[in-house]
Amino acid sequence: MRTARALIVAVAIIGLGLLLAGLRVNPYIYFAGYVVLQYVVIATAWNVLGGYAGYVNFGTPAFFALGAYTSIALIEAFHAPLPVLILSGGLVTALLGLGIGYLTLRLKGVFFSIATFALSVVVQTLIINWDYVGGAKGYTLIRPPAPVFGNWGVLLFTLMVVLAVVTVLVARTIERSWIGRGLAALRDNEEAAECMGVPTLRLKLFATTLSGFFLGVAGAPFPYYVTYVEPASTFDLNYAVNALAMPMIGGTTTWLGPVIGAVLLGTAQQVATVTISSELNLLIVGVVLVLFVVLAPEGLLGLVRRLRSR
Amino acid sequence: MLSWDLVANAVVAGILLGGFYAAVSLGVSLTFGLLDVVNIAHPAFVILGAYAAYVMNSSFGLDPILTGIVFTPLFYLIGAGVYRIYYGSFERRGEESLRGLVFFFGLLFIIEVGLSLKYGVDYRLVEAAYIGKSIDLGGVGIAFRLLVPCVVGLAMTLGLYLFLSRTFYGRAVMGVSQDQGALRLMGADPVRIKTIAFGLGIAAASLSGALLITISPVVPSTDRDYIGRVFAITVLGGLGSIGGTLVAAIILGVAESLMATLFGPSWSLAVSFGILLLALAVRPAGLFGR
Amino acid sequence: MDALLEIDSVSKRFGGFLALDRVSIRVRAGERLGLIGPNGSGKTTLINCVSGALPTDGGRILFDGRDITRLPAHQRTRLGIVRSFQIPKPFTSMTVLENLEIALEYAAHARSAGAAAGALEILERIGLAAKARLRPAGLTQIEMRKLELARAMAARPKLLISDEAMAGLSSAEVDDILAILFRLNEQGITIIMIEHIMRAVMRFSERVVVLDAGTRIAEGAPAEIVRNPAVEKAYLGE
Repeated sequence: MRTARALIVAVAIIGLGLLLAGLRVNPYIYFAGYVVLQYVVIATAWNVLGGYAGYVNFGTPAFFALGAYTSIALIEAFHAPLPVLILSGGLVTALLGLGIGYLTLRLKGVFFSIATFALSVVVQTLIINWDYVGGAKGYTLIRPPAPVFGNWGVLLFTLMVVLAVVTVLVARTIERSWIGRGLAALRDNEEAAECMGVPTLRLKLFATTLSGFFLGVAGAPFPYYVTYVEPASTFDLNYAVNALAMPMIGGTTTWLGPVIGAVLLGTAQQVATVTISSELNLLIVGVVLVLFVVLAPEGLLGLVRRLRSR
Repeated sequence: MLSWDLVANAVVAGILLGGFYAAVSLGVSLTFGLLDVVNIAHPAFVILGAYAAYVMNSSFGLDPILTGIVFTPLFYLIGAGVYRIYYGSFERRGEESLRGLVFFFGLLFIIEVGLSLKYGVDYRLVEAAYIGKSIDLGGVGIAFRLLVPCVVGLAMTLGLYLFLSRTFYGRAVMGVSQDQGALRLMGADPVRIKTIAFGLGIAAASLSGALLITISPVVPSTDRDYIGRVFAITVLGGLGSIGGTLVAAIILGVAESLMATLFGPSWSLAVSFGILLLALAVRPAGLFGR
Repeated sequence: MDALLEIDSVSKRFGGFLALDRVSIRVRAGERLGLIGPNGSGKTTLINCVSGALPTDGGRILFDGRDITRLPAHQRTRLGIVRSFQIPKPFTSMTVLENLEIALEYAAHARSAGAAAGALEILERIGLAAKARLRPAGLTQIEMRKLELARAMAARPKLLISDEAMAGLSSAEVDDILAILFRLNEQGITIIMIEHIMRAVMRFSERVVVLDAGTRIAEGAPAEIVRNPAVEKAYLGE
């Protein structure tokens, strides 16, 4: 798909979203749709660092929750509007990504991953102890009347459509640019890439920052979606495992993989929540993840590619 | 106000805790330090060991540490199996980094969620004759539930050290971490050696799990607390150094204990994170690294 | 001598082990230098220090008059220091052509349109054009070595360091690689060749430097080195 066509598709999708919003279908569609689209953002953001550069971030909950809690802090302090919340949430988590990256990316990739794991625990401890944003007891958001559409469910859904499209477009643009090629080189063989003139450290920091940014963007509207924010569910393990499983299932080398994974797995989970317990749901995701990593490491896209070339 | 008593108690508790932390970290010291396999699922196996001890204790009244020892062969086999899958799927193809990490994370996840499905999220504990007793040494109370795991932990560390330095297979493990080619020339199969080493690492998890539940009650999510600790200890001690692991474990134990006494328990997890980052920033080779 | 590369008293330690002990070598622009020594003598460590893969523990490295001791590896490549790897390290998810394009884009600053053309031209010269659209997994041993060299060429080197590019190749294949290296040198590229295949080193080098246990023990024309007793001792022992 060339750029002009991609932009047209993007606009078309947003148009479809608006159409769906206008139709006022069953409100559950908007709630479920929000979650699936949120995962499109999360999976795509994760994949910029995980799939393109090959650095695994286990601390997605930290980034997502920080985006949400930055929103809360800004709502409390300034009654900031949504666009400001989204940008600020993204900026804060971008800084977090940059910080962690700066501290650990000079070393083996493994240390970055371990640091992100520990990060979740630490950030959660910090938030639990910060009463301004509700701490362990949680924070309740009183929503004003929805400025657009008159209905928060519809508004948030449409917002997520836009955010998902933007995130995927950005990821796609990066992937096809010289940055994306450099990231692929350093993913394939970092030592060789560095020796072929690729500024690996700089590219890695760029990827972590960008990935962090969009993870925070995904979390920023969350307080409006749930209205009651407390640490346990915001730092949910769901985000950690899904951020990995969705790109892995779809395919990590291109922007389409996380989208496929998010739509498939996200929808499946939405359907499953009404029938099975959330823990069983998580267990199944974990098993699927391990199966894919061992048997189909290139994801569904990789399988399709291999079938086609037979 | 800080009293000498308070600090002394904290330090002693920290040292005892350190002995236990060393036991938990031995497996990672072996698999990550010597074999370069990032088994982040190790703490999940430790929790598995803890639950095994719980089940044996609550159903049959078995002493937890005894359970830990008895289950060691089973855990060894599990570890060997896991390594074979890891090797066949990733190491052989040279794709360890991303995929291997995700694989172990998946295992960690499955174990943790599986346990919470089976046993719920209530705290589980064990009962044994020595838990709850303590002795007094010069004004400092030493709880048996800390002392016994510490002693066992030290014994495990010593045992592993002797194994690696005195036995054929142990030296082969040290050899495989340095030069696989030379090992092949000596007629030893590196994959087999690594399988043995990995199996030992998970076997150690069985016993450390029993120690863990002796010290304090557990829930399935307790494993996440230990990822930071275990890797902080392994890095600080120096990859490949068993003695270093012990020293680093004690340092972490004391630091956490003091932190908890002075600032409250919720910050103690941040200590391991802080130590890990500090070690990586200042001296990534660790105190005794090769 | 007007040195293109000046290695000035460079040392490197690994823990307690001294891998390089104040090694000094000067390489003239356009020279063909052979670097030999028994296993473990420090040849690859020296190359890693020159290319920037490892930091030094003493001494300086100057390239084209400029002190590059603190420069990160990718910037050294852009200045013109390019190395190939003993064990080929191709970019496995890309085609052969794309492998070269990375070097062209990043090291040689080619515009992306020009990169494809430049890459194909290099592949033709080296004999890999037929495999341009394949992934490295589908290449034979010698083709991998050629890819490694081709990629290094795509980085437009002023100084090319070839690290045991011929190990394990047949006699005809060795000649094949040698011919490529000679051609590159004719175009003005300075070449340092690390090799164990003596006939290749002797044929190719104008000057040979011998390392043993981290120090330079001999230097001179190939014919002299072969007769040098210190060199013989280093390789064969007492």
